[in-house]
Amino acid sequence: MSASVTTSAPTVQPAAPAGTRRRGSLLTLGLLGCVALLLVMVAVSISVGARSLPLDRVWSLVFSPDGSYDAIIVQDQRIPRTLLALLVGGALGAAGALMQALTRNPLADPGILGVNAGAATAVVVAVAIFGYVEPAVQVWFAFLGAGLATVIVYGVASRGRSGATPVRLALAGIALTFALYAVVQGITTLKPQVFNQYRYWQVGALSGHDASLVRQITPFIVVGLVMTLALARPLNTLALGDEMSRALGANVARTRALGAVAITLLCGAATAAVGPITFIGLTIPHVARAIAGPDQRWVLPYSVVLAPILLLVADVIGRIVTRPGELQVAIVTAVIGAPVFIAIVRRRRIAQL
Amino acid sequence: MVKKPAPDQVRTGLGQIVRVPGVGITLRVAPRVLVVVGILLVLTVAVFVLAVGTGTYKMSPGEVVSALFGGGDDAQRFIIETIRLPRAITAILVGAALGAAGAVFQSVTRNPLGSPDIIGFTSGASAGAVLQIVVFDGGSGAVAVGALLGGLGTAAVIWLLAYRGGEGIQGYRLILVGVGVSFVMIAVIDYLQTRAKLEEAAQANVWITGTLNGRGWEQVVPVGIALAVVLPIFFLMARELRMLEMGDDAAVALGVRVGWARNVLLLLAVVLTAVATSATGPVLFVALSAPQIARRLTAATGPGVGAAAMTGALLLLVSDFAAQRLFPDQQLAVGVVTGVLGGAYLIWLLANEWRGGRA
Repeated sequence: MSASVTTSAPTVQPAAPAGTRRRGSLLTLGLLGCVALLLVMVAVSISVGARSLPLDRVWSLVFSPDGSYDAIIVQDQRIPRTLLALLVGGALGAAGALMQALTRNPLADPGILGVNAGAATAVVVAVAIFGYVEPAVQVWFAFLGAGLATVIVYGVASRGRSGATPVRLALAGIALTFALYAVVQGITTLKPQVFNQYRYWQVGALSGHDASLVRQITPFIVVGLVMTLALARPLNTLALGDEMSRALGANVARTRALGAVAITLLCGAATAAVGPITFIGLTIPHVARAIAGPDQRWVLPYSVVLAPILLLVADVIGRIVTRPGELQVAIVTAVIGAPVFIAIVRRRRIAQL
Repeated sequence: MVKKPAPDQVRTGLGQIVRVPGVGITLRVAPRVLVVVGILLVLTVAVFVLAVGTGTYKMSPGEVVSALFGGGDDAQRFIIETIRLPRAITAILVGAALGAAGAVFQSVTRNPLGSPDIIGFTSGASAGAVLQIVVFDGGSGAVAVGALLGGLGTAAVIWLLAYRGGEGIQGYRLILVGVGVSFVMIAVIDYLQTRAKLEEAAQANVWITGTLNGRGWEQVVPVGIALAVVLPIFFLMARELRMLEMGDDAAVALGVRVGWARNVLLLLAVVLTAVATSATGPVLFVALSAPQIARRLTAATGPGVGAAAMTGALLLLVSDFAAQRLFPDQQLAVGVVTGVLGGAYLIWLLANEWRGGRA
């Protein structure tokens, strides 16, 4: 029972069609509101930076670049960066919600379960040993690493009679994260030139990427997002527990496998593109559940929309606080995310973790 | 503990109880623990002699031993006394300190993952050290002080955040709060590294992995003092530690002042780890894996601080021996070797423990 703390187990609502419909339309409105907020943040992200541009000027430059210095900033820097934040944020939010639903664990997060570490290690190996610096190649290594990490963490954690319980998954993920960290440290301490690239990559920078990176990761993240949203209904069944959902005719193993594939696609692409960004996947689903309740058909879309908002806010904060320099987005998200994580840990009764 | 009358030696399932008449000291000694600790000691001495004897200037074990006791020629004595001996002793002391502190942490949190690596205050120590290296251009002494302050400060923050009125400190909450805090500390380290010159950042990167390169007598002294003070207290509090492992309720029922004992033990373990970390950097995984390896070697039920210390010493000494020789032209940081070994071992440990239905 400890498992279903947040995804709240049997959500058998007394079926009141009228009330459900009203609730549904409220949630739709809320989601539209979040989308509107996201669009506002997109506009802010395009206009704020070392060189601030007024909104109307940005607006005209987005659609009709006039070749000026401002236009180059907007077209080559701010727009790819904002698109990247949208994609990566959506991917990490979806992956986090998916992970928490699959494991029925409020503390699950691709960063904590070793998936990001797997992707990061693979990227370091790709750069250090094979000399691949092109993001297009790194994406494939990141997928491989993320996939392997998922398989290992699940495999290790589910070797008990009671299956992959939340705490076991978290501990196995932490163990793998530390082991991989040692490998990364070994490579970076021996090869200064790899370390020189790695130290900028590991802080998760959204800046300095061009539009081609956005094009490369888009297909993976779109496929991952579609899979995630399609899994909403099976995940609702899974929230009842393995036995119950089997009894109801659900294919638990297939849901878990598809979920793992989606997480790998989403985290692999996101981590390969911008580096390991922790905590987005952990905190956003909690906000989404606070708004939308336990129904995954709402939690997942809310997570997908809310996560890029947080990422864009963190990115904009990072651009403002040390202007004209920048604070990398992963640092800002960790500083914002850690207090939330600690608050969750402090609030829950220990037995439920 | 087990009050039995008469004879001076009583056999129990957990070994022998030895009473010293008159002084009133009662010890419980398990033969297997003694044998294992003895073997570890012999191995440590053997590797120690081997490590001191190998390098660009080779010496036979006989020459090493005679040089250690004042024989040999001047060159041999110089190399041994100024370079190899302090390095090997640092490895042994830091390994023992991390192993003992790890054993106490794991007993108090009742969790094999309750090590300072994961509870996050070693990342606080790293943040303090990196700050010194990158921002203040501190020398090795300043770096050690920065690490000490960073580690102790972070431990205090974690303790306060994990504390809840009525319940005090609980194992899992301590670990998870530590994980959260360590993410912030890692963000700080990452940030500092991006702001630094490459050489300084690379130096910081080696430090946070844990290294014995260039360590000398100035590292031996503080770690030795800390060990000499803290280790006997751990042994004196072995009973409390064992009771804490059985759970708070049982410990209270058996007459242990749980809150007091836990805080004293945690404080001493934190101090010991902080001093050891400030000497060599947070050598990955020694604190986590040494107590677990020791527990399986001795097949003991209790915390086994002594065995954990011996295992840690041997692990670090062997890892450093390997790290110095794995790459002929470069010195690998010893934390990489302990991290990979310890990490692989930990995953194996988790898989096998959980398969048996224990958690």
